[in-house]
Amino acid sequence: MFGKLSLAAIPYDQPITISAVGGAVLLGLVILGLITYYRKWTYLYKEWLTSLDHKKIGIMYIILALVMLLRGFSDAILMRSQQAMAAGGSPGFLTPGHFDQIFSAHGSIMIIFMAMPFLAGLINIVVPQQIGARDVAFPFMNSLSLWLTTAAALLVMVSLGVGEFSQAGWSGYAPLTELQYSPGTGVDYWIWAFQIAGIASTMTGINFLVTIMKMRAPGMKPMRMPLFIWTTFCTMVLVVWAFPVLTAALAMVTLDRYLGMHFFTNTLGGNMMMYANLFWTWGHPEVYIVILPAFGIFSEVVATFSGKRLFGYVSMVYATAAITILSFSVWVHHFFTMGASPNVNLFFGIATMLIAIPTGVKIFNWLFTMYRGRIRFTPPMYWTLGFIVTFAIGGAAGVLMAVPPADYVLHNSLFLIAHFHNVLIPGTLFGFFAGYYYWFPKATGFRLQENWGKRAFWCWAIGFYLAFIPLYVLGFMGMPRRMAHYATPAWHPYLLVAALGTAVIALGIVFLGIQLLVSIKERQALSDLTGDPWDGRTLEWMTSSPPAVYNFPKIPVVDEIDAFMDMKEKGVAYRRPDQYNDIEMPKNAPHGFIIGASAFVFGFAMIWYIWWLAILAALGMLFTVIARSFDDDTHYLIPAAEVERIENERYRQLAAVAKRHLADEQTIPEPVPEM
Amino acid sequence: MKRKKYFVFVRLASLGAVTFLGGCSTILLFDPKGPIGEAERFLIIAAIVLMLIVIIPVFIMAFWFPLKYRASNTQSAYMPKWSYSAKIDVTMWAVPIAIVTVLAILAWTNTHALDPYKPIPSADKPINIEAVSLDWKWLFIYPDQNIATVNQITFPVNVPVSFKLTSNTVMTSFFIPQLGSQIYAMAGMQTRLHLLADKPGTYAGHNQQFSGPGYADMFFNANAVSREEFQAWVQKIRQSPEKLDLDRYEKLARPSLGHPVIYFSSVQPDLFEYILRQFDPTWGKNPGPMSKGSVSTHARADVSEEN
Amino acid sequence: MMTTDASTIGTAHNQEVELPDTVGIQTLGFWIYLMSDLIIFSTLFATFAVLGRNYAGGPTGKELFELPYLLVETLFLLFSSVTYGLAMLAVHDGKKKWVLIGLAVTFLLGLGFVSMEINEFHRMIAAGHGPDRSAFLSSFFTLVGTHGTHVTFGLIWMAVVIGQVAVKGLTSPVQSRLMRLSMFWHFLDIIWIGIFSIVYLMGVA
Repeated sequence: MFGKLSLAAIPYDQPITISAVGGAVLLGLVILGLITYYRKWTYLYKEWLTSLDHKKIGIMYIILALVMLLRGFSDAILMRSQQAMAAGGSPGFLTPGHFDQIFSAHGSIMIIFMAMPFLAGLINIVVPQQIGARDVAFPFMNSLSLWLTTAAALLVMVSLGVGEFSQAGWSGYAPLTELQYSPGTGVDYWIWAFQIAGIASTMTGINFLVTIMKMRAPGMKPMRMPLFIWTTFCTMVLVVWAFPVLTAALAMVTLDRYLGMHFFTNTLGGNMMMYANLFWTWGHPEVYIVILPAFGIFSEVVATFSGKRLFGYVSMVYATAAITILSFSVWVHHFFTMGASPNVNLFFGIATMLIAIPTGVKIFNWLFTMYRGRIRFTPPMYWTLGFIVTFAIGGAAGVLMAVPPADYVLHNSLFLIAHFHNVLIPGTLFGFFAGYYYWFPKATGFRLQENWGKRAFWCWAIGFYLAFIPLYVLGFMGMPRRMAHYATPAWHPYLLVAALGTAVIALGIVFLGIQLLVSIKERQALSDLTGDPWDGRTLEWMTSSPPAVYNFPKIPVVDEIDAFMDMKEKGVAYRRPDQYNDIEMPKNAPHGFIIGASAFVFGFAMIWYIWWLAILAALGMLFTVIARSFDDDTHYLIPAAEVERIENERYRQLAAVAKRHLADEQTIPEPVPEM
Repeated sequence: MKRKKYFVFVRLASLGAVTFLGGCSTILLFDPKGPIGEAERFLIIAAIVLMLIVIIPVFIMAFWFPLKYRASNTQSAYMPKWSYSAKIDVTMWAVPIAIVTVLAILAWTNTHALDPYKPIPSADKPINIEAVSLDWKWLFIYPDQNIATVNQITFPVNVPVSFKLTSNTVMTSFFIPQLGSQIYAMAGMQTRLHLLADKPGTYAGHNQQFSGPGYADMFFNANAVSREEFQAWVQKIRQSPEKLDLDRYEKLARPSLGHPVIYFSSVQPDLFEYILRQFDPTWGKNPGPMSKGSVSTHARADVSEEN
Repeated sequence: MMTTDASTIGTAHNQEVELPDTVGIQTLGFWIYLMSDLIIFSTLFATFAVLGRNYAGGPTGKELFELPYLLVETLFLLFSSVTYGLAMLAVHDGKKKWVLIGLAVTFLLGLGFVSMEINEFHRMIAAGHGPDRSAFLSSFFTLVGTHGTHVTFGLIWMAVVIGQVAVKGLTSPVQSRLMRLSMFWHFLDIIWIGIFSIVYLMGVA
């Protein structure tokens, strides 16, 4: 009836796990209670769960990402604490099995459930506005992507309290993930969480590719697109090319485990090397998927806060394209030591070195954007400068390991761990934090508090160096990764420093939390009344903050790179249109949420071998899709009069701000409403 | 020639770095005890030096530009539309390309020279060791001496050691950091590794590819000793009451954590091939790719069995 | 199957904004999805290339594949593409009855293909040559089975669309759906040509 599921699946005997589960359940109950107390269920359902508005979907993605950041970071704290203690024979406080689950969950969560949703959230909020569109190409599929991702994240969270998570690492190498070596439910949670999230990501890839290709404002030729659009475009190309490989690879692991097939088993003809190849054929593009949007954010931020056009636009575009294409040609560098011949290793090693070239070009272009600019040191600029300096080290470490014989002694050591955190944290995470601060007012209508942002940055930057530079040294000292305990006392002091660094980062996270709470509390004082709090250069700053549901009352016409700055300089940025038109927008729809919920049930049922429930959930998804396809009434009309009313309100506000600033003599773009 | 100057510079810089770092004996990768490890250390340092050519200017610019062009410094030039310079563009592409070219050349020669499958040229016959990774310990078979050990190897200084590796379990990676390269060991497949120690000592070895709960316990010692001490060691093992026949092997293969060192005074003949054939019954029998069986299950098809 | 897309967003009564390209957007999106599907199949083909000779002492393709049976199967699928093409011509001409007939025949031919494939699999599994016997058989069953699963979903989609044509007629959304199903169906045809060439024909050579 319930497959393999029984009460024994709950880890009563593991105090750390059960207290984490208890805490999470309690927190969940508190949140549900508050929603009930304030009678917000209808609001939540109508305005958020069933919304097809890309701006709201984006916000929900970012909330998911931040929650999963906390979960993934707790795993980091546990790992660093364990390694700070488990020196020279001491077992520490985590059993090896528990430690193995923690590092597997940490990697899985940070890549798939923190970085991917974070970037999906930012591109959702920004891309349609930045190209002068009203929504994405497929708003319904957009909602579907969100809820499938959430379902998958929920599976990972549930694995803490019901059963266990995978102990085979985030990369899930065969044959360790085969049933023979991992008989529990852990690997199955990993498989289904990744598979469902992967399909969601592929859909997002298709959605934004078509959006960028088909829905740009008139006049926005490709070489007039903001860099963030270029990087999103290239990222989505990578997503559509790479994720299907992961889908197929995971399917094969699933078939091995569920139907006794022999793709990657030790016997009967299976070849575990094939898994490594397939996984990394996805895995390497994946790391570029998470970093290219961050590069795009840095381009936007540097130009805006230097008050200057981005330097070397054409080079930047070609560099991005080069990175995109090259990222498919390097995957073997993840297993130089698997026994390939020198020529094979060399091809992939040299290809890996080549990728460093366009990446370096980008860094120089950002620096030269600052040159002869007027730099404002806002938190996004802090994140950017921290990125440039710190990422350079990580990138160099990567080029070092691209030399195969160097990798022969550094592969799978803490040097590797240091390298990829050194590019992911200053690269991806700092970029996303910069984007979070930069576009927060656009999404919500008020800015984040600045000083807490700077404090958070300093904690992250200093904490990062403390946590990861020692790992470079430990790699040179011969310490492997994923060690639950170790005998070499010489490693201990470095791991203590690393643990200290983690504590400093934790403080940075606390400061980010405080920043959010303080900003909400002081949102009146921090409100963005014009929609353009930074004297921005691109089209998203033309809309109000937050924008009307339709973004633009009239689709703008683009003449130049930095279209909005161009309009401001020509004095036409806030010109009232001659007349307003009716605007058709998609109606809300519950199907995305329903399919997401069914996907969660499906995944859970498959993990626990509850076949009847899995079939039911699958049929539920199918029928929901079919039901949606019969629905022809999927849009609603906003009459021109309503659009005019909304826009009039906006111009009133702009005029009030202009008057106040004329009095205060502050520099802010003056709107030119034609009455 | 520009490339030669680079090489000389890199060599000098590496010498300096080695002198400085070689003293730290816990930094194993900078204190190699064999030619493979030494060559790899040189490469690491050379690559770091080359990278500095890019990193140092980046650091300088990343501190100087924000300082000079901060908004409060109204003295500095402000050119909001200046966004292109052919000179800068060419330089920023050319310099990394040059560095990567040098590094690629270094990589080319060294990757071929340091191919783990390549035997180390020597007047001496190599010591052959067949390594099998188990859960969670290492079995080492000396086919020429008909002895075996768990979690310990000993070999003479300045004599090449030729490893054949496989696994009885999941993928693992055999690594002695102070001697050089690691290589994966996989079931049903044979990989090769050649190392040499040119100084006597005891060197830590371990598994560097996560393989389950006992992974952290999979360490062994590699002792490089004089030829006489090696012979004495072999003799000592031949006194051991333990014999590695198939029954004993099955018992050994069962999962265990933190296995002690064991010596076996005799080994089941062709045990290594037997282990391989547990997973691939056709291993070594039918090398042709179109034969009824499997594709070549050597991780490398270009290296012959006789090697 | 979803009609919500930005193509209908922003349509104004006043034609100041250029008419959005509904069909273009839906078609492009579907094309890109098909390309992602192609990558899944490519991965399965690559896996078959690597594992396809690992018989593990079990049967080979030569021993298992019956080419005459395969020919009939193939003809079912190829003809179903022809009949679908005829149905699409009827769509252009607005002839609802012929659309339904064309789709129904396509459906039956497709069903014939799937039935024959299920029968082939069943026979092999009953004889002990199932996907758990060897890596060759795992990769065979998965590659061919994935294609068959796609065809099955195509049949479900076709049944839904037949219903929609019958109930709603040849409305614009229904036509757009038919167009995308057409792309899907022909795509599966092309994949099948790859399969019977690489898996079956080369397997018995």
